[in-house]
Parts: sequence; C-alpha cells; structure tokens
Amino acid sequence: MSDLETFRAEARAWLEENCPKDMRDGAGGEENICWGGKQWTFQSDAQKIWLDRMSAKGWTVPAWPKEYGGGGLSKEEVKVLKEEMRKLKCRSPLESFGIWMLGPALLKYGTHEQKLHFLPPIARGEIRWCQGYSEPNAGSDLASLQCKCEDKGDHWLINGQKVWTSYADQSDWIFVLVRTDPKATKHTGISFILVDMEQEGVSTKPIKLISGKSPFCETFFDDATAPKEYAPGVSAIVGEMNKGWDVAKYLLTHEREMISAGGGGLLGGRGMGEVAANEIGLEHGRLSDPLLRAKIAQAEIDGWAFLLTLERMKDEAKAGQGVGANSSMLKYYGTEFNKRRFEILMDIGGSDELEWEGERTKDGKLARSWLRTKANSIEGGTSEVQLNVIAKRILELPGA
Amino acid sequence: MPLVLNEEQEMLRESARGFLDEKAPVSALRKLRDTNDETGFDRGLWKEMAEMGWAGILVEEDHGGVDFGFVGAGVLAEEMGRTLTASPFLSTSILAATALKKLGSDAQKQANLPSIAAGETLYALAVDEHRKHGPAKIAMQAEKHGNGFKLSGDKTFVADGHVADKIIVAARSAGAAGEQNGLTLFLVDAKAKGVSVERTQMVDSRNAARIKFDGVEATGDEVLGEVDGGYMALEGVLNAGRAGLAAEMSGSAQQAFEMTVNYLKERKQFGTEIGTFQALQHRAAHLYSEIELAKSAVLKALQDLDSHYGMAGPICSLAKAKAGDVAKLASQEAVQMYGGIGMTDEFDIGFYMKRIRVAQEMFGDAAFHADRLAQMRGY
Repeated sequence: MSDLETFRAEARAWLEENCPKDMRDGAGGEENICWGGKQWTFQSDAQKIWLDRMSAKGWTVPAWPKEYGGGGLSKEEVKVLKEEMRKLKCRSPLESFGIWMLGPALLKYGTHEQKLHFLPPIARGEIRWCQGYSEPNAGSDLASLQCKCEDKGDHWLINGQKVWTSYADQSDWIFVLVRTDPKATKHTGISFILVDMEQEGVSTKPIKLISGKSPFCETFFDDATAPKEYAPGVSAIVGEMNKGWDVAKYLLTHEREMISAGGGGLLGGRGMGEVAANEIGLEHGRLSDPLLRAKIAQAEIDGWAFLLTLERMKDEAKAGQGVGANSSMLKYYGTEFNKRRFEILMDIGGSDELEWEGERTKDGKLARSWLRTKANSIEGGTSEVQLNVIAKRILELPGA
Repeated sequence: MPLVLNEEQEMLRESARGFLDEKAPVSALRKLRDTNDETGFDRGLWKEMAEMGWAGILVEEDHGGVDFGFVGAGVLAEEMGRTLTASPFLSTSILAATALKKLGSDAQKQANLPSIAAGETLYALAVDEHRKHGPAKIAMQAEKHGNGFKLSGDKTFVADGHVADKIIVAARSAGAAGEQNGLTLFLVDAKAKGVSVERTQMVDSRNAARIKFDGVEATGDEVLGEVDGGYMALEGVLNAGRAGLAAEMSGSAQQAFEMTVNYLKERKQFGTEIGTFQALQHRAAHLYSEIELAKSAVLKALQDLDSHYGMAGPICSLAKAKAGDVAKLASQEAVQMYGGIGMTDEFDIGFYMKRIRVAQEMFGDAAFHADRLAQMRGY
C-alpha cells in the first residue's frame, strides 16, 4: 500500500471513530456552519465535540504546519482527508475568516512569532476574525481608503469607518487596512494591522440587506488603539509598514479564488434541469415549457464548462503553467453564473417560492438565497473590476 | 487525468503551428478560393501532412499510423482552425479512421487504415438529408437485394464528398424515419454505379457535396458494423467528428481573438489606441473568459474520447455547443471591433466568420446539442 493509501485508511478509521453521528448528515448551508469565537454558542454538544476532536488533531486547518495548530499534511493528504470526509458526510468542523483569509496572509507575510501567537487560536475556533477592507468612499476603488492610523510611540491610534465587514458584530478581532502615511501615493502608505475589537473605540452596526438578513456590518473606529507589539516580536502590523497593499492584493486574489471555487461548489447539488423536472413535471419525457428548457440547457452547458475550467486552471497551476490573473476570470464568470442560476431556480419555483415567510418555503429560503447571490458579483471586487484586471493583466490592453 | 496537454502533445502542437504558419496560412485558402481550385485543398500539402503522421494520427502503428489518440487529433484540428487550413483531415483522418477502427472487420481495417495513414485514399461521411442535422431522421433506403443491399436516397452537406474515393453512408435497412433502430452503415466506392456527386460551393470556400444514391448495390462486405444496429455506432463516429470540429473552432476563435486584441493595441481613434476604451476592454475580457471555457470543454471531450469512447456523447455535445457559440461570438466581435476593415474581403477576419458558421452547423449546431444534453439529463 502506498503511503497515501495508508493515510487514507488511517484517516477513515479515525473519522469513523471520532465524528459524532449528528455531524455526519452532510449538512452544508450557512445555517449549519460552526464559526467559533468567544461569542459562539454551539448548536449541539456534537458540534462542540467535533470541533474539539478535529482541532486537537490539527485537522480544522489540515494544511497548516503543526506548530501553528495545523495538521502538517501535504496537499495530497489534504485532498484525501476531504474525500474521506465527504464519503462519510462529515460536516466541516469549523469555518472562519481566520482560516480562509488571515491564516493564509500570516503564513505568507507574518513573522514566526506572529504565527505562533495568532494561528493556533484560529485553528481551535477560539478567536473569530473579520475583515476590515471597504469603506463608504472606497469600494471598487479600494486603495483610496482613508481609515487613519497614527503612530503614538508605544501604540497605534485608529480613526475611521469600514463597511461591508462580514459578521463584524459576532467577531472578536479584525484585520484592517489603514492609512499609515497620508502623504504617500494611493497604493503606498497603506498598512495591514490586527486589532482587538473588545475595546471602547471599536463599535459595529449590522446592515439589513434585501434578503432580510444581516451578514454585513458597518464598523467604526473612534480613537481605537493597538499596541505596537502584542508580545515580544508580535507586531500588530503584518508585513512591512506602508506595504499593506501587497498583503491586501494577495488576499484579494485568494478571496477571488475562494469565491469562484465556492461558485463551483454550489453546482455540486442537483442540476437545474433535475429540479425543474421534479418541481414542474414532464410531458412525454420533456419539460413542457420549451423556452425554459432551452434556458436551463444553455445554463447547464455554461456551468459544466465553467467547472471544467476550474479543474483545468488547477491542473495548469500544478503543472507550473497558467496565468495568475485567471482568478479574476473565474471570479467574474463564476459569480455571474451563480446569479443566472438562481434566476432560473426562481423561474422554476414560480409563485410557490415567492412566500417570504412560513413553513412551506422555510421562510423564503430560496428567495433569500437568490437575493444573496446579487452580492456575489460585487463583493471581493465587482465584475467590472475583474474585467478591468483581465484587460490589463492578461490581455495587456493599453491604459487599462 | 489532468486537464492539460502532456509533453508529447505540446510538442505536436508546436511543430504543427510552425508547419501550418509556413505552409498553409489563410492566404493559401484565399488562393484556393480565388483560383476556384477543383479539389479545394492542396494534395501536395496533404501528402506532406501524411508523411508527418497527421493523416494516420488515430491509426494504430500496426496499420501504419502514429496512434496519438483523439487529444492528438484535436491538437492538429485546433491548429488547422487557427490557420483555416483546408484539408481532408476531418473526413478522412478523424471520421473515417474512427469508423474503421471502431466498426471495421479485420479485412476492412487492413484494406483501409494503411491507405488512410499514407494519405492515399480520401473518405467522406454521408449522414444528413435535411438542412438541419439529425441522424435519427435518416430516410435513405437500404433495401435487401440478393445477398446484399440496394441503396437509394439523397445526402447533403457531405464534407469532402466531391473528392472522396470512398463514402461511408448511413441508410435505413429497417424502421422508419425518426426511429433510432434500423440504421446500417455502408462503405461504398464513390465510383460505384448509381452514385452521383454534385460539388456544393460553400460559404467557407471549403469542400462539400450533395450525393445522390440511385439503387447503388452494396454487398455484405461493404456493411460497416452491424446491420440495423448502426445508430449508436454512427453516434460514436459523429462524436469524434463533433469534438474535432469543436477543437477546430476553438483554434479559429483563439486566433480571431488574438488578432482582434492586437488590433485594439494598434488602431488609433480620438487620438488614442482604441484598446484604451473600457467599452471595448470589457467586451474583450468577457470574450477571453468564454474562450477559456470552450477550451476546457474541448480538451475534456478529446480526453474522454480516448478513455471512455462509448460514454463520451454528453461531453462531445458540450464541446460542440460551447465551442460553436463561443467561436461565433469571437468572429462577430472581431468584425465589430475591426470596424469597416473587418467587412472587407481583402482582410482575413471574414474567412474566420465564414468557416466558423459552417463548422458550427456541421453535425449539430449549439441548439441541437443543448437539446440533446437536456434529453440525456431527463428534461
């Protein structure tokens, strides 16, 4: 047996032994996610046991090095672990912006001391992080951000406002892009700083969206502070001072990849044609509405070709080929496709899916998801910004 | 299998590109058209391609081929799509080679595959009888006649039909038009009594024909595959052709797009390169994305034909539909962004638009394949 197959057998046996029955229903969906953090209330004992066992094993972040709370697994082993978890229908033990965003940034730009200080609590689900990027006057033009960060000798003083901060009201810490040099040009003079939200100077206010939900907040900094160092060698600033834009760009690329891959993940469920056949019914083996059928077939073609493109880009990256800026293409196409997909699902649902409240629609579950998708092509850089990136970095068009 | 070309396939691509750029650029097609060439392609060039192993790209080494598989054939088709190279490659080296490899008896293989690989004999596949593709719609009759059959009916849109030495033709030995059962494939001599071929001058300056079969006698030896059971066999061959055409269109789309992007960087209006205008940048960036999707679908279809030939129907439909739509978009955007010069015959882009229009129609347009996928998926 190869090493990888040995690992597969061991991982499977361990999961069988340790994953509580209630965590083996394959339930995805936002409502079943374990986010962790100081404010977190576990939905069940099983959810807590599952998180504890997985984090003790380092498998909440299997690819991170062991010394930082990870599992120290190779890419191939991580893939095998994910496969085995899928086979047993294990839920993810923990999701968070710490895992998705800050972790990768620290692993790339952080010092050893910063990693030791911040990463293990993320891996254990003890600290929940949020991301402070956009501002009321800095959306697509993110680099024009104005949130001020002044050097006060032993500490930093932060004043300004962030917006579209995901789950800020439920988070413990925030990683923020701030302007540390107001005289420098737009892209220089920005720093990437880590701030404890448990202080008077930081407050949050949820924003109610068209879906009726509030996944985003406004976050206010009024004389908020961060020490120069949280512990010896643990600077509050990640990467070099005034070079925060590099970290931000790296994370934006990372975020685009995740959003586009997430778009792909959504396609893993039932196909639109299958949903339509079940919900609307067939006549002589065909959907009776030929225009809807054509619309679905066209979308399924694009969805399938998009999934293959995700696969091809991954394989190209592995083979050392490929274009980095293609993450913009995937983000653009994946999010636009997801919006189109939900429009079609609403077409299929008809009036039955238009009930906003009540048991029949689980409080308008599909309708609220449909509305949520409208943000896909705005967050993480709008579709138009992605097209700009493609024009500039891939096509190398002048003046782009 | 990773969704990338391996080293051998990359080398094939590089050598094909070099060869075609030098020997068969768009100007060669223009010349064939302007001189109203009787053959519609350059036989000398085809001979050279055969010597490089292209004619026998799918043929096993035992029969004199190089056996590079469908991915290899697709690489060549894509490169020929870039230069709009006129050649019997699709009809002879993809369609006929696939039909003989998959359906032929040992004797039929021995009699045909070596001469395909050598580039000596030309083939055509005669399927459609109506303006829109549909194998089940075949009405042409194959009547029992002694120990053999008598073939009667009309075929249209037969690529390379006017130059073919042999014709693979699908006819109905049982059942009625509209039914899948009852089709039989025959391999008949183009010079057989009762075969009349009319060359059709097509939009793309390439070769096609209408062929009339008037009581053409075919012996049992000329049956390719099973009597009455030809539908699925034909589908397999058509899938190979569809993937080949999709690869060709992907190449044409990429080339037209690259030419257009270069033009956006050069052409000046209002005192600046037109590529600085966001209205054009966004259209170009969108088209780039669509082309990437088409490339993925095409490569996957070719790989699946190599690894799961009998199950490649859906992915070949995906490739044909997506590449067809994307290539059409690429040629339309090219003409629009080139502006007036894109409308002139002197300029090459029109050749791309014309060839793509023909290739996307052959063996099912995007709507045909979208509907076919919907049917396969149960709606």
